[in-house]
Amino acid sequence: MLTDNKLRDVSLQKASKKVLDEDRDYNEEQEEEQRQQRYKVSIKDLDAWFGTKQALKSIHLDIKPNTSTAIIGPSGCGKTTLIRCLNRMHEMTHGATAKGHVIIDDIDIYDRGIDPVIIKRRIGMVFQKPNPFPTMSIYDNVAAGLKLNGVRDKKLINDVVRESLEDAGLWNEVKDELDKPGMGLSGGQQQRLCIARGLAMQPEVLLMDEPTSALDPLATSKIEELVHRLKNELTIITVTHNMQQAARISDYTAFMYLGELVEYGPTKQIFENPRKELTERYISGKFG
Amino acid sequence: MHRNELNSNNNSSNHDNKQKIRNMILRQSYKRRLIDKIVSGFAVLCVLVAIIPLGSILLEVIKNGGPAISIQLLILPPGAIGSAIGGIAPAIQGTLIVVGLASLIAVPIGVLAGIYLSEFASSNWLLPSAVRLFNDVLTGLPSVVIGIVGYLTIVLALGSFSVFAGAFSLSIIMMPIVVRITEETLKIVPNSLREAGYSLGISKFKVTFSIVMKSAKSGVLTGIVLAISRIAGETAPLIMTILGTSLFFTSLTKPIDALPLRIWRLASQPYESAHSQGWGAALILMIIVVLLSAILKFLAQRKGFNVKTSHI
Amino acid sequence: MIYVIIICKHNITNYSRLLSKIGVYAISHVDKQQRRLSPSFSFLRQGKRRGDKIFRIIVIGAACYTLLMIGLVAFSVGNGSKDIFLKEGFVKFLTGTDWNSVEGRESYGVLPYIVGTLVSSALAMAIGVPVSLGIAIFLSEMAPARVSTPLSFIVELLAAVPSIIYGLWALFVFRFWIRDLIEMPLYNAFGKSLPFFGTTPFGLDIFTAGIVLAIMIIPIVSSISREVIKAVPDTQREAAYSLGATRWETMRIAIFPYAKSGLLGAAILGLGRAVGETILVTMIIGNTIGIAAIPNSLFSQGQSLASLIANEFNEASSNLQLSALIGLGAVLLILTMGINIGARVLVSRMVKVSQGGRE
Repeated sequence: MLTDNKLRDVSLQKASKKVLDEDRDYNEEQEEEQRQQRYKVSIKDLDAWFGTKQALKSIHLDIKPNTSTAIIGPSGCGKTTLIRCLNRMHEMTHGATAKGHVIIDDIDIYDRGIDPVIIKRRIGMVFQKPNPFPTMSIYDNVAAGLKLNGVRDKKLINDVVRESLEDAGLWNEVKDELDKPGMGLSGGQQQRLCIARGLAMQPEVLLMDEPTSALDPLATSKIEELVHRLKNELTIITVTHNMQQAARISDYTAFMYLGELVEYGPTKQIFENPRKELTERYISGKFG
Repeated sequence: MHRNELNSNNNSSNHDNKQKIRNMILRQSYKRRLIDKIVSGFAVLCVLVAIIPLGSILLEVIKNGGPAISIQLLILPPGAIGSAIGGIAPAIQGTLIVVGLASLIAVPIGVLAGIYLSEFASSNWLLPSAVRLFNDVLTGLPSVVIGIVGYLTIVLALGSFSVFAGAFSLSIIMMPIVVRITEETLKIVPNSLREAGYSLGISKFKVTFSIVMKSAKSGVLTGIVLAISRIAGETAPLIMTILGTSLFFTSLTKPIDALPLRIWRLASQPYESAHSQGWGAALILMIIVVLLSAILKFLAQRKGFNVKTSHI
Repeated sequence: MIYVIIICKHNITNYSRLLSKIGVYAISHVDKQQRRLSPSFSFLRQGKRRGDKIFRIIVIGAACYTLLMIGLVAFSVGNGSKDIFLKEGFVKFLTGTDWNSVEGRESYGVLPYIVGTLVSSALAMAIGVPVSLGIAIFLSEMAPARVSTPLSFIVELLAAVPSIIYGLWALFVFRFWIRDLIEMPLYNAFGKSLPFFGTTPFGLDIFTAGIVLAIMIIPIVSSISREVIKAVPDTQREAAYSLGATRWETMRIAIFPYAKSGLLGAAILGLGRAVGETILVTMIIGNTIGIAAIPNSLFSQGQSLASLIANEFNEASSNLQLSALIGLGAVLLILTMGINIGARVLVSRMVKVSQGGRE
């Protein structure tokens, strides 16, 4: 028979169960949060297509903050596609789509409410072929992103331009020629200019798509040196087809093949002691 | 390294800058998005501004010209001014004759000149560049000036306004278009075809016509028909060359009527019946010109050619 | 020599390039060695060379026809207008405002018509160029392919409409829209205060002419602008997008500066079209003569260089008047040629930029 007491008991039971459940959920949440906060960029279940051809299959990758990660693999493995998904440039290509989650600092950039245009302001990108704006001077190139964002304070812009050029290792070479057109520089300098332009936006993540493949060895080494310097303040992800470069500049390496992430781990481990056979074959030059 | 020595800024100030900029980036979003939307809206508006007049023109021509079309219109010569009886038959005939004759002059010369520019140009550098340059200049000349030239050369020489003068003037307008189109279309033909022909010992003449032109045929034909539809609508050069008349074709050295001229004359008269006939004539002209252009451009686009007679 | 020619006979299309090199070498070798060539191969030399020689002469002749036409235009216009220039001199002709064909007091000055041409064309540019740019932006950057293809087709159709039909439409339909929707309200609102709008409008005036001319130049300017915008390399766009620029901002910082000269060239080609348009202007501009043809407001009647020629050519009462009309043609000719050459220089300059900076 249902008495008030019994009802009270039942509801108490229900209530306490609810509290227990909540508690457990809360704990799980906490753990999840802590796990996520350990990673700057967290890629979950990322798929990408060019039309009907699938370029990325179920990518899972967690990248720690303030590290340098290299993505290697043979041509066509999807490394450029992957990096372009990280700032939502991929879907700007006609017919390209992507699905999944890329969580940067607790924000899933593939969330419905997120504007892809704004995302790009938080993430810097450097392309394979240097692309400074030809009609702008060196100064204006670096300041381009700032001016777009309505920064008017001349002193602030001056400071940031200088900092960015210093960080990119270009300041000393151009400090007296900031008015000269950006296209007048050599290839390596142009690329560092593009890096400075990206850095001026104060991103926390910097994506580099084969940044040195069009450059000579001296320019290449300057950029590699820059990566070493910057990784203490930024999370850098570099796509490279040059394994030696990957070994030189990165803390972690991801090996991709045919759209899948084959192996990911500390660079030393990948190169000296790869766990997958495919990785080992690629590292030792047996294909790609 | 160098930064700390030269800058009076210290690390915390750099950090401040970072924060400032990151905040600004977040703040500006709404305004920038709004501007983007406004510009997009403007662009769409512009498209409407272009489409609405076109729609109106087509509509009015069909609306006003449709009722005017009758057997009478198509068969009879113009009646007394102001009279409702009469037609535009001589104008239709005249347009066909003058345009046909102009094509007869312009097409062979234009195609051959185009062949020169595409197939023979490597032997010299001065002549082809001069020809291309002057060809482009010719396309830009106002048609009324071409009419003046036709008047001064043919009308004065023959002593009267004539079919031939009109055809000659129109051919001057048409020829550069045909030259350009022929040259561009022939350039697309892969060189390996030519070389295959030469390697078989075939003469250049045969290679050009049996091999190269054969494969470029549709492009060149499209261009020619587009050029024809362009000159069929020209009015100014006809004013001072063929004069216009209410009679049917009599001789190549006598005046003749043409649709654009007839439309102009009818529109200038103060009578409703004349205006109505004018719309009817406009409809016929539209059918010849615009329909032809539209179909050909559509077919050409399908095949991958991109032919623009408006600015070549 | 013999074995080379035998190989040519077995031509397989896949090896045509190799064989053609051999073949061409064989043929040119034949030419060089004409004296040493044995008689049995002389048929090779004979028939081909004569046929091709004639062919070559014919095509060169056809090409020279272009030069002949240019010469004809220059000569006849120059010769036909020499009378008026000899009688009045360039300055009086270009700056005078009379247009008097009464015998004994003939005097011709074309300033009002230069003004008319310039004002109507300027108006056409002011309206037509921004609209064309908007269309070019829409078609090249905003619309997906399945929208932009039919739309660009439709815009090009505007170019296929003959100007006589534009004239007919403008005369009987459009001018009433302009008069009622734009001119009257402007006149009522600003007629007293601004001289631009000071004349009572009734639709057949420089203003309407300018607007219809704007519509007529849209296809040219927008299609060339589109091609120019397409020619800007994608790497530039990506650079801007990677900074988080919106679509419009990308156009502002990456595309327009790059395409500047090309876009200017497109606009100037449109100007050339507007300046040379005859029949439309004749029907719409109001056809005034002499000093009255100098417009004192946007709603005045006027006359352009081309429209006056069309109006008076067949009615010219004296040789001098005819010469004056041809003189109008000469002015128009020089104006148009200058415009077209300017456009060409600008477009070619853009091509140089796109071919890279100093590297």
